[in-house]
Amino acid sequence: MNILVCIKQVPDTTEIKINPVTNTLMREGVASIVNPFDSYALELAVRLKEKQGGKVTVISMGPPQAKVALKECLSVGAEEAYLLSDRAFGGSDTLATSYILSSFIKHLEKENGKFDLVMCGKQAIDGDTGQVGPEIAEHLGLAQVTYATDIKVEDDKTLIKRENDQGYDWIQVLTPAVITVTKSVFEPRYATLKSKIAANKAEIEVLNTESIDIDLEKCGLKGSATKVMKSYTPIKDNNGIVIKEETASASVKSLMNLLVDNKVI
Amino acid sequence: MKITAEMKDLRDLVESYLKNEVDPVVGTYDANGEFPEKIYNDLLEMGVHLLAVPTEYDGLMIDHKTEMYIAETIGRHDCGIGSAIGASNSSCTTMELFGTDEQKKEFFGILTSGKLASFCLTEPNAGSDSASVKTQAKLDGDEYVLNGTKCFITNGGIAGVYIVIASTDLSKGTKGLSAFYVERDREGVSVGKHEDKMGIRLSNTTEVIFEDCRIPKNHLIGEEGKGFLYAMKTLGTSRNYVGAMAVGLAQRAIDEAIEYAKGRVQFGKPISKKQGIQFMLADMQTQTEAARQLAYYAAELMDSNEDYEAYSSMSKLMGSDVAMKVTTDAVQIFGGYGYMKEYPMEKMMRDAKILQIYEGTNQIQRVIISGKMLSK
Repeated sequence: MNILVCIKQVPDTTEIKINPVTNTLMREGVASIVNPFDSYALELAVRLKEKQGGKVTVISMGPPQAKVALKECLSVGAEEAYLLSDRAFGGSDTLATSYILSSFIKHLEKENGKFDLVMCGKQAIDGDTGQVGPEIAEHLGLAQVTYATDIKVEDDKTLIKRENDQGYDWIQVLTPAVITVTKSVFEPRYATLKSKIAANKAEIEVLNTESIDIDLEKCGLKGSATKVMKSYTPIKDNNGIVIKEETASASVKSLMNLLVDNKVI
Repeated sequence: MKITAEMKDLRDLVESYLKNEVDPVVGTYDANGEFPEKIYNDLLEMGVHLLAVPTEYDGLMIDHKTEMYIAETIGRHDCGIGSAIGASNSSCTTMELFGTDEQKKEFFGILTSGKLASFCLTEPNAGSDSASVKTQAKLDGDEYVLNGTKCFITNGGIAGVYIVIASTDLSKGTKGLSAFYVERDREGVSVGKHEDKMGIRLSNTTEVIFEDCRIPKNHLIGEEGKGFLYAMKTLGTSRNYVGAMAVGLAQRAIDEAIEYAKGRVQFGKPISKKQGIQFMLADMQTQTEAARQLAYYAAELMDSNEDYEAYSSMSKLMGSDVAMKVTTDAVQIFGGYGYMKEYPMEKMMRDAKILQIYEGTNQIQRVIISGKMLSK
């Protein structure tokens, strides 16, 4: 199986602090990590490769320091890694990002042959849109399954376990397909010291707008359909009322009275 | 000391495992004395026992400075696990320095297959006094026959291979000692009493018994009669590992004490606002930093092939004494809570004690250091 995993380098949100004056994220000194959902996607991909044979390639779009994240992926089972980095990509929204990534995927497929699966985390923990994976599928004209937690291949059939509100479905999908992955029981593995040393020595190929066939009008701010007007941290509002009566039905009664009294309903 | 990006990267990998997988369960294993098999399997899979295995035998053989940085990290989380890895590394050093290519292939092959090594020197009546070793190796045709009991052996019950110091001539004392390697699955090797220890309870410490254990002649490492010399050379490097591990333990105790002192309110303010506590913390950090620099200086001497032995002893002596003092003071800062098993401090204090005793007692370290000084 020829598998591609798209990853994003994100700030480690467990360490993020908010500047109390400007109300913006303080990124300085905050460690960067591979987006956790992408790590789950990579773990599923590597497990599949270990069973079926094949190769796992990892790509990322981002600044040069995102190489560190790609090396991390090489240390836990990916064979190849490429970084897409160009000033023209700056300010891309999800539409532009997915266009850039899909153009890059087409470029890689020209050289390496078709990918059977393109895998992404279900969303990145910094932007939290969850749109890039499905949009890549649209750009490439491929089938997609979202919220995957497991993948099985049985007699040429590719089956995806998809989480839903009630439980899960096993969905058969025609490959090539795009799969977005959520947290699963398959915890991302730890690297070994040996694989870490090898990954640190690896050279990550960096590609830009000149290396691939791409329409610059669809990249960066120009190619973005959405604009961010303002980022801010919501002000903590402690004016809420907690209703906690002895029983649930008594609580509902209190809530209804409150809503009616305040003419909400 | 300059920490390079490569050093930090390897250290962070080990740190993330220990923080996520070991810290939450270390108290339970310490209390029930069970052997944490999964943790050891994971760490061996990660390859932390291959740091002193040469690359030509599929090991990692990183520089001593990085090895000490990792030792400090492990010490930060559990000195029992650190002791197990350290003991295995020591055995690798003996083999690396004095073994033949054929012996190395066999010995290191056992380690790369996912097993630890173990160093068997101590006996019931031969602690600091190695001349009293009674385990004998008698040449019989193409084989040596081993008989004797080793005690307090780290990894005794879990190792895949042992380095054994045995006498080939009892009349010659330390000059009659020789070094051998013996596979765990060889007939005549058995594991005796499992020790119930005060601290480092996540390590496995047992007797190792040799009863008419026949090993091929080519399992003799180096020359007959040089075993004591080889053992001393080996301990010369491994002592610094103890020093580095002790620094990690001391630093953890300080970090925990700071957090506690900031949160513990007495007389209307956190005790960290009291100068009595502040001065204790300052002394604890100053001593730990001094021990740290000594450990890294000894490592630097090793990496540049300079005479390091006295410094390795100083690092072990200073590091372990500092760890004992700092963990004791940290318990003091925690007050009554520090004495309770519910808090992490008392375990650290128990773990610290062994560092002053094993790999040569701190009294023996002073003998070595002064010996070096006076022989000049």
